[in-house]
Amino acid sequence: MDNPLLEIKNLRIEATAYPPGEPPRHVVLVDDVSVSVQKGRVLGLIGESGAGKSTIGLASMAFGRGGVRLTGGQVLLNGRDIRGADAGTLRALRGREVTYVAQSAAAAFNPAKRLMEQVIETTLLHGVMGRPEAEARAVSLFRKLGLPNPEIFGARFPHQVSGGQLQRAMTAMALCPKPELVVFDEPTTALDVTTQIEVLAAIKEAIHDTGVAALYITHDLAVVAQVADDILVLRGGKRVEYGTTDQIINTPQEAYTRALVSVRSIDHVEKPLAAPILSVAGVTARYKGISFDVLKNVTVDLAPGQTLAVVGESGSGKSTLARVITGLLPAAQGRITFAGRQLSPDLASRTKDDLRELQMIYQMADTAMNPRQTVGTIIGRPLEFYFGLKGEAKRDRVQDLLDQIEMGKGYIDRYPAELSGGQKQRVCIARALAAKPKLIICDEVTSALDPLVADGILKLLLNLQAQEGVAYLFITHDLATVRAIADRIAVMYRGAVVRYGSKTDVLTPPFDDYTDLLLSSVPEMKLGWLEGVLLIRKMESAGN
Amino acid sequence: MKMPLSALLGLIFTTLFFLAAIFANLLAPYPIDAAVGGVWEAPSATYWLGTDTIGRDILSRLIYGGQVTIFVATASSLLAFTLGSVLGFVAATQGGLVDQVLSRLVDLMMAIPALIIALVVLVVLPRSLITLILLMGLLDATRVFRLSRAVAVDIAVMDYVEAARLRGERQGWIIFREILPNALSPLVAELGLRFIFAVLFISTLSFLGLGIQPPLADWGGMVQENKGGLIYGKAAALMPALAIAVLAISVNLVADWVLSRTTSLKGGRGG
Repeated sequence: MDNPLLEIKNLRIEATAYPPGEPPRHVVLVDDVSVSVQKGRVLGLIGESGAGKSTIGLASMAFGRGGVRLTGGQVLLNGRDIRGADAGTLRALRGREVTYVAQSAAAAFNPAKRLMEQVIETTLLHGVMGRPEAEARAVSLFRKLGLPNPEIFGARFPHQVSGGQLQRAMTAMALCPKPELVVFDEPTTALDVTTQIEVLAAIKEAIHDTGVAALYITHDLAVVAQVADDILVLRGGKRVEYGTTDQIINTPQEAYTRALVSVRSIDHVEKPLAAPILSVAGVTARYKGISFDVLKNVTVDLAPGQTLAVVGESGSGKSTLARVITGLLPAAQGRITFAGRQLSPDLASRTKDDLRELQMIYQMADTAMNPRQTVGTIIGRPLEFYFGLKGEAKRDRVQDLLDQIEMGKGYIDRYPAELSGGQKQRVCIARALAAKPKLIICDEVTSALDPLVADGILKLLLNLQAQEGVAYLFITHDLATVRAIADRIAVMYRGAVVRYGSKTDVLTPPFDDYTDLLLSSVPEMKLGWLEGVLLIRKMESAGN
Repeated sequence: MKMPLSALLGLIFTTLFFLAAIFANLLAPYPIDAAVGGVWEAPSATYWLGTDTIGRDILSRLIYGGQVTIFVATASSLLAFTLGSVLGFVAATQGGLVDQVLSRLVDLMMAIPALIIALVVLVVLPRSLITLILLMGLLDATRVFRLSRAVAVDIAVMDYVEAARLRGERQGWIIFREILPNALSPLVAELGLRFIFAVLFISTLSFLGLGIQPPLADWGGMVQENKGGLIYGKAAALMPALAIAVLAISVNLVADWVLSRTTSLKGGRGG
């Protein structure tokens, strides 16, 4: 076998943390990690947040974010150690031999410059080729990546193209100087599933055609299984398991890897149809100053103690539906009936009981809790506000709720900044439960969490539903989550419900076109899934 | 956290100024308005900072003057803060017409230089301490309004504020329990700055003869009384000027430190 292109040996990365109110602390981000990438191969780096996968990705070009130091081991690129190399050597190497694709292309592009200028910038800077040649190469990359009108695509500004197109433009930028290694840092995480599959296919094909080696960083094992040849599983900066994609997916050795592979396999049997507690009838809504309806004649029902999943990509109107039900955005037309009474469209004119019985949990637990209030205050406020509980009685009840969300003692006086992501979301659930609601609207409550943590939250929600009989209106773009939790499903597309019914009905063919597209775009944890889907789609379009 | 030297110096000087102001009656060696020595005597063991244009002890007048200056500046900045931040928060949380009316009103006031407004008002109204405090409080409140509205607009869109609205909380809870604690750090730093501007403003007014009226002494007025001495090489006018500068710098140093400290508290932003 040839010498590997990139070889990382016993890499150790350290940083100094400045926890608020405490003395600075020394932390080890990556400890004793060794890995190698051959020419033309793709290595997947996988792990939850804080696993050190992005840190290792950046270390492959001997770069550490602010305060991060590469303190031990070797980073061998083509056999020479670049750890601690001088600035001139690194400058010549970054953007030339090793390039980088960031998670948020929207934040990485300069909005004031045309795409072409930015795509060929590093190529010109390193003198790899002249401008006409670079532009020609960029156009051919645009074509390879399936971008529309490749000849004139580069003349557009970043805001004139979609998120998925921008991500592909960034891939073109990374491939343009003919690098030997490209680092992809969560390139599809911020995209909708239907877009993700396109970008994923484009990236895979481009990697294959150009013969470049790649590091592919993601937290989604199902995604990395489609593009990587080898996978390195990381946890807390340490190597958990390293093997071929086939071995990791089909015969994982370590318990942690097995948990990652089997994630989202909660069994949930749907409950029978019953009289609704919430019924949304013919609701139409629009935002002020916008000339079209963001919700079009939406009709859905939800029975007590059951879960209605509202599914769709971003911009489909699912969060707007939540805003209309809560009264934040009064409906223009239609009726919302809740617990046998008609809800006033406007939040200000609803009764305290209406407000109490309809609670909400947000996607970002970080911003859903006041950072200056303790857990006790956050959960205690609804108790005080709705039930007049005070002092010891309130504290006892808060503790009961903390027990219910499986957090136990010692958290009541903590601030949100002192909790982990999963714990924060649990506190938000407890705050909603404190009001003894009949319905909780869950707006993407697991999308910002790591898969294993998200699983824990879903299980908790199901348990609480069984205990308290609360109904959930569950908004999500993740169909695996839907399978795990829903009794009924409403698929939304451009403000309208395109498919609605029991879980089994909605997820059983025949599908309408959109539901088919949506369902088939969700990455599955098996090799060759991507090719299979693309083949089927190709055949279908050929048949048409 | 270790206190930086600059903040420590600032704190010491600020404390000295405030203590001197509070205990003026005990500390001042001579009465405020007694001509005890010759005209413009140089500093000596008897008169530490010399005497002024009619032979009064400058140190004593500085101490009594500080009492007035600091009291008026404190009172007016507190007024500016209460008024400005509450209205700013209301504008940010209510939005719509309320925000438009308040913001345009403030724009209108800020379009005219504060000094011009003050001069016109003080010519018409009786020149009492109350008038001064109300006037300066109102003028400074426009700046505080701008800042607190801008800060609160950012906070008001957070999910926890929306959660409070959905819970049915009243305006008061949202302003004082959800927004204020998160807006405090920039506001505290601003309080220091506004206090300094109040000191400078009142000194300016007194220098122009429209601020604090005799027999009360104040620093701006003292500079005005003694400015004639500068021509003859007498340093009397420099003493109150120096006092203004030192107080301004000290308070600023403390305000800087408070800002850097509050942001790194538990749950604060940044570190």
